[in-house]
Amino acid sequence: MKQVKYGKVIAWGFVAVILFITLFPVAWMLKTAFSSNADLFTHYSSLLPPHWTLNNFRRVLGIASLKENQAGGGSGASINFWVYLKNSLAFTTTIVIFQVGFSVLAGYALARLKFSGRKGIFYLLMTGLLVPPMFSTIPNYGTIKSLHLLNTWPGLVAPFIFGTPFAVFYMRQFFLSFPKEIEEASELDGLSTMARIRMVVLPMSWPPIFTLSLIVGVTAWNEYLWPLIVGTNENMRVLTVGMGVFKAQNPSDAPDWGGLMASGTLTVIPVLIILILFGKKMVGSIQLTGSK
Amino acid sequence: MKKIAKRRKTKGGYIPYLLVLPVLIGYFTFYLYPMVRGVYLSFTDSSLLKSGKFVGIHEYQRLFADATFRNAIRVTAQYVIINVGTQTVFALALAVAMDRLSKSVILRSTLLLPWLIPGVTVGLLWSWLLDPILGVVNVLLGHMGIHPQSFFGSETQAMPTIALVNTWRYVGYTSLLLFAGIQMIPKSLYEAAAIDGANEWKMFRKLTLPLLRPVLVLVMVISLVGAFQIFDTIAIVTKGGPIDATRAMNYYIFDQVFNRFHLGYGAAIATILLIFLAFISLVQLRLARADDSDLG
Repeated sequence: MKQVKYGKVIAWGFVAVILFITLFPVAWMLKTAFSSNADLFTHYSSLLPPHWTLNNFRRVLGIASLKENQAGGGSGASINFWVYLKNSLAFTTTIVIFQVGFSVLAGYALARLKFSGRKGIFYLLMTGLLVPPMFSTIPNYGTIKSLHLLNTWPGLVAPFIFGTPFAVFYMRQFFLSFPKEIEEASELDGLSTMARIRMVVLPMSWPPIFTLSLIVGVTAWNEYLWPLIVGTNENMRVLTVGMGVFKAQNPSDAPDWGGLMASGTLTVIPVLIILILFGKKMVGSIQLTGSK
Repeated sequence: MKKIAKRRKTKGGYIPYLLVLPVLIGYFTFYLYPMVRGVYLSFTDSSLLKSGKFVGIHEYQRLFADATFRNAIRVTAQYVIINVGTQTVFALALAVAMDRLSKSVILRSTLLLPWLIPGVTVGLLWSWLLDPILGVVNVLLGHMGIHPQSFFGSETQAMPTIALVNTWRYVGYTSLLLFAGIQMIPKSLYEAAAIDGANEWKMFRKLTLPLLRPVLVLVMVISLVGAFQIFDTIAIVTKGGPIDATRAMNYYIFDQVFNRFHLGYGAAIATILLIFLAFISLVQLRLARADDSDLG
C-alpha cells in the first residue's frame, strides 16, 4: 500500500515537471514580449517584466515611430504585421473551406456511393500519403511558375485547396460508420443524391467536419515551406514567412529579442484562442486515425 | 437502353464521379504528376531557371561522391534517433501516468500547446531561451555552476538541441495518441492483475506494453516519417550550420534547389528520400499486419 502511494508521488512529480517544461518557454516568451530590451540586459533572470511595456508590440505592429523603435532596441527593421496577418488569415480560410469541402464530398462518395472504379480511386489517392512534401514541392514550384502564378493567391493556395489524401481518408472513415438506415429512408422519400447530402448527411456530420477543419486550419496557419518559395513578395508573405524574414534582418550579435518575442506572441494568440475554445473537442478527437 | 438506365439508378450515374473530381484533379496535378516529374528531373541536369537535358544516372553518381550528402544522412540519422527516441519514451511515460492519475481534459489540452505553435515561432522562442549570453537556460546553468553553452552555435550541440526542441514540440501530441491507445485496453485486465497482486511496473511490462505494441509501432512510424523530413526549425534557427552540422537531408534538398538552383541534383536527393520513406511505410504495413493477431 505504501509503495503505491510512493509511486503516485513520483508519477505526479513527473507530470508536473513535463507541464513545467511545456509551459515555461511560452511564459518566458510572454515575459520577454512585455519587457524592454534594456531590461532584458539588466534584469535577465527576473521572472516578470520589471517594467511592463507594450512598446515591443507597438513596434512590431508598426504603430511606433522610427525613433521610438530604435530607442526600444529595435534595429529599425519592422514587419508589415497587418499585411502578413491578413494574408495568413486569407490563406488559412481559403484552404479550410475548399480542402474540407472537396474532401467531404469525395470522402462521402468513396464511402457510400457505388460506382465502378471506387476502390481503385481510393487506393490511388492513398498513395499520395507517401509523397514527402519536399519532394512534391520541387515540381509543384515548376508547375506554378510555368503557369505564371508565383506571388499570386491562386498559386499560394493551389496545392492545398483540391483536398488532400489525409482529409479524404479522414472523412471516408467517418462516413463508413454513418448509419445506413437514415440514408435509405431519405432515398425512399425520393431525394436525389445531392439533395440527400445537403439535407440529411451534412447536418449530421458537423462534428467530424469541424474537427477536420481545425486540423487543416492549424496546419495551414503553420505552413512555412510553400509560402516561403511561392509568396516571396512583401505583400504576399504570410506570418510565418514574415517572421522568418524579420529574424534574418536582425543583427545576429544583438537580436531584437523583445520585438521577436512580441511577434511570436502574436502568432500564438489565434492558436491559444482555438485551444481555449475547442481544446476539449480537439483532445477528444485525437485518435489513431489522425496523422501529424 | 433499359439496362443502362437501371445501372444509372443503382450506381448513382455520374454524380459520384463529380464528387471525387476536384480531389482527383488535385491528386493528379499536385501529387501524381510531381512524383513522376520529380523522378524524371533527377535524371536531368536541370536548373531552377532552365530545363536541362537527360543525363542518366549522372546526378546519382555525383550524389554518392558528395561528402555533404553523406554528412546530411549522418546528421539526419542523429536527429531521428535523438528526437524519436526521447519523444517516444517521454510520451509513453506521460501517457501511462495520465492514464493512472488523471483523465483531466485541461491537463491534456495544455500538453497540446507546443504542437499548435507555428514551427517558426518555436524556432525563434528557443533561439532566445538558449541564447549564449542572455538566454534563461544559460542563466539557470550559471546558477548551477555550469559554463554558458552555445547550443545552436556549437557544431556538436546544434543537432541534438534541434532534436530536443522538436521533442518539446511533439511530446504532448504523441502522448495523446498513446493515451488514446491505452484507453482501448480493457480495464478488466488491470483489475484481474491487481487482484493477482501485480504492481504497477509489472502491469506496465506485462499488460500495457505488449497490448499497446501495435499502436506504439504506428505512432513511432508517424514520428519517424515526420522526423526524417525535419525542415522548418533548421531553416529558421541554424540554416544548416554551424558549418554543416544541421544540414539534414530535407534542408540540403531545399538548399540545392532553391538557393543554388540545382534542380536535377536536388530531385535526385529527394528521390532517395522518397524511396527511403516508402520503405519505412511498407515495413510499417508489414509490422501492423503481423501485430493484428496480437490484439485480438
